[in-house]
Amino acid sequence: MSTARVAIVGAGPAGVRCAEVLVAAGLRPVLVDEGMRDGGQIYRRQPDGFGRGYEALYGTEAERARALHETFDRLRARLDYRPQTLVWNAADSELHLVRDGLSHGLPYDAVVVCSGATDRLMPVPGWQRAGCYSLGAAQIALKAQACAIGEKVVFLGTGPLLYLVAAQYAKAGARVAAVVDTARRGDGIRALPQLGARPDVLRKGLALIAYLRRAGVAMFKGATPVAIEGADAAGVSGLRFRDASGRERLVACDAVAMGYHLRAETQLADLLRCEFRFDAESRQWLPRIDPWGRASVAGVYLAGDGARLQGADGAEASGALAGLAVLRDLGVPADQGQADRLLRVLARMERFRVGIARAFPWPWRQAADLPDTTLVCRCEGITARELRRVVTDEGAREANRAKAFSRVGMGRCQGRYCGLAGAEIVAAASQSDIRQVGRLRAQAPVKPLPATTRQAAHEPQ
Amino acid sequence: MTPRFRRLAETGRPAVRFSIDGQAAQALQGDTLLVAMLCNTGAVRCSEFGGERRAGFCLMGACQDCGVWTPQGERLRACTTYVSEGLEVLTAMPALL
Repeated sequence: MSTARVAIVGAGPAGVRCAEVLVAAGLRPVLVDEGMRDGGQIYRRQPDGFGRGYEALYGTEAERARALHETFDRLRARLDYRPQTLVWNAADSELHLVRDGLSHGLPYDAVVVCSGATDRLMPVPGWQRAGCYSLGAAQIALKAQACAIGEKVVFLGTGPLLYLVAAQYAKAGARVAAVVDTARRGDGIRALPQLGARPDVLRKGLALIAYLRRAGVAMFKGATPVAIEGADAAGVSGLRFRDASGRERLVACDAVAMGYHLRAETQLADLLRCEFRFDAESRQWLPRIDPWGRASVAGVYLAGDGARLQGADGAEASGALAGLAVLRDLGVPADQGQADRLLRVLARMERFRVGIARAFPWPWRQAADLPDTTLVCRCEGITARELRRVVTDEGAREANRAKAFSRVGMGRCQGRYCGLAGAEIVAAASQSDIRQVGRLRAQAPVKPLPATTRQAAHEPQ
Repeated sequence: MTPRFRRLAETGRPAVRFSIDGQAAQALQGDTLLVAMLCNTGAVRCSEFGGERRAGFCLMGACQDCGVWTPQGERLRACTTYVSEGLEVLTAMPALL
């Protein structure tokens, strides 16, 4: 049995499946997770005292959610599980953890980062108003708290989550005012060859849309957002957009859930000095990995949406495969048959990912058209005008320089919600390719820490 | 102010009493502080930059939009904190109220 110290960051689908592989080989990995419970975002577990069943919470994914949670429950005694713990830095074969205001180091021989993703956002005038949430937020409110984000909700953006969350809201009894998708009808049709890699998922997606249609929800494809209307005190009062024919429409609502598919959480990979590559399909910089999930730095492995953007099923497969890679590299016998099977699964997931990226494209051209007064940075209220000014007047044509000059990306979210759109604005203002703008460098701490954070006297048990 | 969030289920949980800017409020056990507040009111703070009211954004501890305060000056991230009996929350830094 190996005594290697293996740390897994994140207890979502990738992290739990990775832990399962390592435990089966006799290791006792440390599983560090920021959440209060396991499951990550997509299979987030409701708090104690809630009674809804798996079918109500996870719909068509109920069995996968149950299987993942049961796996975690079975493993828990054989894991060093650290919930509500943030990995705030990573350097020199040591992770820096913080829990309850106490920080301490966690040395490792191998680390598997399963940091997941957030919603990818494109600013729209008024998105700072109370009542505008990310799509993920709308889903968390429902799944983990049995709440709708408003009385009357508009779903805006693109991606599979747009239809999934809208359907979940409708089924749970919330009022869905409209689903407004920026993807055009033809995008989905052209992506069918790739989407065909997973016909079962494609069928489920089409069933969600059919359900929304039967429920009488107004749905628009090829839309262009104009503004989230409302007032500073009362918040959101409606969504203004142009439909595919160019006609302007206003849908009254008190909440907007918006998102444009996913953005990988890559800060830890960056702090671990992993190489990145530009992924043209998603127009994002992703850490470079080999087919097994090995990063460019020895001892660092990456799995799930934080590296691959393949969704929950891909995360389970890539988590398990990264676990097998760790075992192989440690000289522990690993199941070659399982690895071969996972590699085949992931090839299919990758084809499907490309299909999703094409069916629901990131509407990057919107960035150039945003009115100057639009807030790009919600944290500090910085406008598109200011970001464009530092490009044209101060020559800040690179992401980090534009951040330093404008502060877009320097607020409390550290660029999570403005970074990708900000880069598109810089590219448009400097008339350069998005690759030339580069990516925001990660900074420790990866999330704000209270000034009262102290070094722990000894490692907590 | 009217509540922003609407409860759709799970309303049989025990009640929890807390306060927002000194006003008595009621929530349910297992509510995050953000949900507890937004089932009573429409926002949790004001932006320091534009002055508009804010009510959180990501609900997963990533955007830091839902920071509130205790009378002792401690900052709480409302979406990742559970509400508790007797908790006093402030929608602005104590010195500013």
